[in-house]
Amino acid sequence: MNYSVLKNNQRVQFASIPVIAYESFIETISGMLEDKNNHCVNFFGFPSDNKVKLICCIASDTESCIHVTSTNVETGSSLPSATAHNLSFEKFEREIHENFGIKYTDHPWLKPVRYPFYRNDKSQNISNYPFYSIESEELHEVGVGPIHAGIIEPGHFRFLCNGEQILHLEIQLGYQHRGIEPLFIEKKKLNERVTLAENIAGDTVVGHTTAFTNLWESLCDYTPTPDLKFNRTLALEHERIAIHTGDLSAICTDIAYQLGSSVYGRLRTPVINYFQKWCGNRLAKSLIRPGKTNFPFTKELAKEWFKTFEDYDPDFQEMSKRLFDLPSALARLERTGVVSAETATNIGMVGMAARASGLLRDIRQTHPHDFYQEIGYDPVLQTTGDVYARINIRMEEIIESMDYMVDLINHMPDPARKHPAMSAPIPDSFVVSLVEGWRGEICHTAITDDKGDLLIYKIKDPSYHNWLALALAVRNNDISDFPICNKSFGLSYCGHDL
Amino acid sequence: MFEDFKILYHQGKQYIPDLTTVEVPGIFRGRPVITNENVDENLLIDMCPTMAISTNPVSIDLGKCTFCGECSFAFPSKIQFTKDYKISSNIRERLIVKAGDTGFVELDAEKIRKEIKKIFGGSLKLRQVSAAGDNSCELELNATGNVNFDVGRFGIEFVASPRHADGIVITGPISENMAEPLQICYDATPAPKIIILAGTDAISGGIFAGSKALNRSFLDKYPIDLYVPGNPVHPLTFINGVLSLLGKGKK
Repeated sequence: MNYSVLKNNQRVQFASIPVIAYESFIETISGMLEDKNNHCVNFFGFPSDNKVKLICCIASDTESCIHVTSTNVETGSSLPSATAHNLSFEKFEREIHENFGIKYTDHPWLKPVRYPFYRNDKSQNISNYPFYSIESEELHEVGVGPIHAGIIEPGHFRFLCNGEQILHLEIQLGYQHRGIEPLFIEKKKLNERVTLAENIAGDTVVGHTTAFTNLWESLCDYTPTPDLKFNRTLALEHERIAIHTGDLSAICTDIAYQLGSSVYGRLRTPVINYFQKWCGNRLAKSLIRPGKTNFPFTKELAKEWFKTFEDYDPDFQEMSKRLFDLPSALARLERTGVVSAETATNIGMVGMAARASGLLRDIRQTHPHDFYQEIGYDPVLQTTGDVYARINIRMEEIIESMDYMVDLINHMPDPARKHPAMSAPIPDSFVVSLVEGWRGEICHTAITDDKGDLLIYKIKDPSYHNWLALALAVRNNDISDFPICNKSFGLSYCGHDL
Repeated sequence: MFEDFKILYHQGKQYIPDLTTVEVPGIFRGRPVITNENVDENLLIDMCPTMAISTNPVSIDLGKCTFCGECSFAFPSKIQFTKDYKISSNIRERLIVKAGDTGFVELDAEKIRKEIKKIFGGSLKLRQVSAAGDNSCELELNATGNVNFDVGRFGIEFVASPRHADGIVITGPISENMAEPLQICYDATPAPKIIILAGTDAISGGIFAGSKALNRSFLDKYPIDLYVPGNPVHPLTFINGVLSLLGKGKK
């Protein structure tokens, strides 16, 4: 066998993962992606015995499992790429190139990913990056960022325009790089690590912390009690409602629809305030912890939730009906920033944005964790792949998440009297943890050494796949439509830059 | 049009009438109160993810605290977090709350530069710079301008360009890759100008303190006018901090 077969959050001995020759490694992983139901959830390298060990994790969406295989290559060696066989490997191989100097001979563009402090070539830095350019008297360039006009995270967008029309957009990220992956190894206390997980992306606190928590519990062979799994599922859906509502407000701002901007903006307030009532923090920091919770979900909280959404629902429905009936709004959203299902598949898109293009990528259905099996989850799919689809899907998902939460709360398990104590991680272990955050698929991967210490901690935010989709979506669109295209994807800078 | 009026009517009044006295809903963790009770101090120090707790006497540095509340769950009779959200100061040391302290975290009015009230008292335009912020403080700073908090009522507003700004608000621990853009933005802001650090990450680096990917040298070069703790900062903490800086805050 050229690969191991794992379930989401299943711990295996690291040594049991096959190490195969590079040629068969490339053949195996690119062969798997010929089946459109498979996609790459993580592919990374790390130094091991003076070589670089490459590990690739390919999820099968039909069989609810993850295929994992590995190979060893020399640092700085010249190799054929997997990207030449399947474009969706492109960013993973760029990162491997950036970190270890591996030269892929047939990779289309070894553009830097994030200029991490541990990059292989320190002579390259983010301020002297040579952007792609085209010589022509007809064309002009527009540079935006890293600091943007609004209160958002930094990143640089370089447009090549023909008049008002975008010919090409190049996105350069890395400004947000905080070195979070090495910090997971350096910091030894669980409380430090879970705090790191909460700060990977502050708009996806529950998503990333749940991925870390599920992974950590698997490393320790710890089985969480039903109330803990319930809390995580509930919090994930609540986070989805909160951020989707805020995004609907932001998109209305970007099309200068003041009423929608104000109403959705204020509708988000009671939703995030509910998190504060639950755990004391509007963005749910401190809520999710491995093996315990400081904030059990009580009958009073259940009552409070119903009260919150009794008020939210009619206002939300009324506003949404107005927005999606408004010709001047629809004119901006429809057929803007289209990503076809084919492009979505080719570049390995994930999450809500992929589902807006008709590509079913949803961990809740294909690799269910916590209470998602019980929910009987049915993904919302759209087909048009435009800004409208990515906005409409948010509205639909909010309604769906409310239904799931009602169902969950009506069947809430009793809080455990006591949560069993947790032991240390088991040595030589390997775990992949997948969670469907509001943006899409979050993947955390960890390996422990022979003493049970963390050897490698690898994080992949859904934005990692989807930034390329934004760059492709805006081609041949007016540059004035860029803000709504950007907002419709709602991607994370810090989740990408780590 | 009639539809719009209906929506407006159903929304009713959403703004918070008095931002200086309103109570936050739920179990907000703001200014801590630490008693003089004897506890296992090593255990207490060890459980803090960001080394915000020190001893002799036991104290919590709000500039380092992530407000996770672990310490108060382990030692409820030693540490309790109150719902007091007015925890900003212009003096870094004032963010350290010691055992036995009962007073509020306040600004030192004497140390506020005189021109701030005079020049910015009626209108303060701010440029926000996210320097590796995790987007939580950014979301909350955005919320200060929504219809609930409506900080614009005080003439305080976030603007798109540093050239239009009277100061900068920094969030995030300041990555090496953002060090230069931050400097350029500050230089582009016309003097006189202020600097506000919003959030634990900006004030101390938070959980990222000591990371090799950071470059916090900018902070050594200029005096900081306001520290606003929080993980993320609560809109009310930010608004009240800025009002106090402008000499507008009610006690």
